[in-house]
Amino acid sequence: MTEALALLGFGPTGWGDEILAGVGVTIALALATLPVGLTIGFFVALGKQSEEQTIRLAANIYTTIFRGLPELLTLFIVFYGAQIGIQTAYAWITGSETVIEVNAFVSGMIALGVVFSSYASEVFLSAFRAIPKGQYEGGWSIGLSGWNTMRLVILPQLIKIALPGLANLWLILLKDTALVSAVGLSDILRQTGIAARVTKHAFLFFGTACMVYLLLAIISSFFINRISDWASKSEAAR
Amino acid sequence: MTAVTAKVQKPIAPPKPWTRERTIGWALVGLWIFIIGSLLLWMVEAWNPELFDRYFPKYVSGLIITLELVAASIVLGALLSFPIAMMRMSRNWLLNKISYAYVYFFRGTPLLAQTFLIYYGLGEFRPQLEAIGLWGFFKDAWNCGVFAFTLNTAAYQAEILRGAINSVAPGQWEGAASLGVPKWLTFFKIILPQAFIVALRPYGNEIILMVKGSAVVAIITVYDLMGETRRAYSRSFDFQTYIWAAFIYLAIVEIIRNLWDVMEKRLTRHLIR
Repeated sequence: MTEALALLGFGPTGWGDEILAGVGVTIALALATLPVGLTIGFFVALGKQSEEQTIRLAANIYTTIFRGLPELLTLFIVFYGAQIGIQTAYAWITGSETVIEVNAFVSGMIALGVVFSSYASEVFLSAFRAIPKGQYEGGWSIGLSGWNTMRLVILPQLIKIALPGLANLWLILLKDTALVSAVGLSDILRQTGIAARVTKHAFLFFGTACMVYLLLAIISSFFINRISDWASKSEAAR
Repeated sequence: MTAVTAKVQKPIAPPKPWTRERTIGWALVGLWIFIIGSLLLWMVEAWNPELFDRYFPKYVSGLIITLELVAASIVLGALLSFPIAMMRMSRNWLLNKISYAYVYFFRGTPLLAQTFLIYYGLGEFRPQLEAIGLWGFFKDAWNCGVFAFTLNTAAYQAEILRGAINSVAPGQWEGAASLGVPKWLTFFKIILPQAFIVALRPYGNEIILMVKGSAVVAIITVYDLMGETRRAYSRSFDFQTYIWAAFIYLAIVEIIRNLWDVMEKRLTRHLIR
């Protein structure tokens, strides 16, 4: 027991500080992916409920592809594909070949972002459908432009309806960041994996990794509850 | 004055104007056609019969391993999910909390971390496992993968089952009780069939999630479809290998999705008026 505590402690002999750095990377990746995924997801949802058939088709192709591919495969395709693509483009423009390493953090952000957005678009779409048409008409009738109706009337209601679904997606995103350890980003799982290999205490360290992920989920739930309390405040007036 | 109803002719539809939406829509579809088309063109151009001949059998064996892995863990997970769901719905405080903790743990941690915990972590207990004769089982990466996935999917399936059983109206229980049907028979003959209709869609989603999630076993050296793909890429440095895998995974997921649509239509045909 004391040995385990010493291994998880801070300082030169313990692995606590290394794991903590990994926690930082995981949180940073998840937080950086969130706005990317939400923005793309919102626009894909707009496309899916468009009256124009071709926009719907394009949006549906997007979600079919990225919800059908395993997250790990999407990550590898982005990671190696971007590398090959950039190298080819560089060689084509400058005529000289170089080896370009693509940043694991950025590829993780892109891959997880597109996966997140394709699921988020479904959440947004069902939220859009829950908003009655009269809300748009009400906005227009008091002279708001299309964009302002969206921003001032629809979006606040949309966020409230979509919140439980998006909270779920956030928890899934937090777990999916673990995959980025496979392309070499030093997140929680990679750091604990190194510690496990060096110290031969695999169960202790991977168990710790699981506990850290659980802790992150619990902390997220706390904040999600705060946000949903805040969002439901406007309901009390009714 | 009969049959003077002249054929009413529809007015000719006015030509569709090129609105902003229509332009954007065609541009986006054009973009997709361009991306997929150039991908196919590139694959035809970079087609290497030698590469294909060498790796095609490997992909087939990888696909079979992936399907076996998913089938085994889904079926075993379904069996395990029954007791967990029962515990979760029981009034016993302890049983309830145990199953809650189980479900919370497996739903709150990444599948990859759970797989590592079982494959690498249990190696730490080798002497103890050897003593009870289980080391032979946990030595093998495939077994560990199935074990981890079974525990993981059991947690998700238990929640699906619980939600579905709870969605059946309590009047169904009362109706059966008033006819003198014993409780266990009510459960199996009246509640469960109705619950399965509700659970069908989530079960389909869970299978799709499992197919996609099973790719992580490639990291613990199981040569499933993803593992074979990684091996083929690391030997040939040909990016096509990943694109092939993408097409195969997409095909599996789409087949399951359409199968589920057909099944749902068939099972809910009595609900359509």
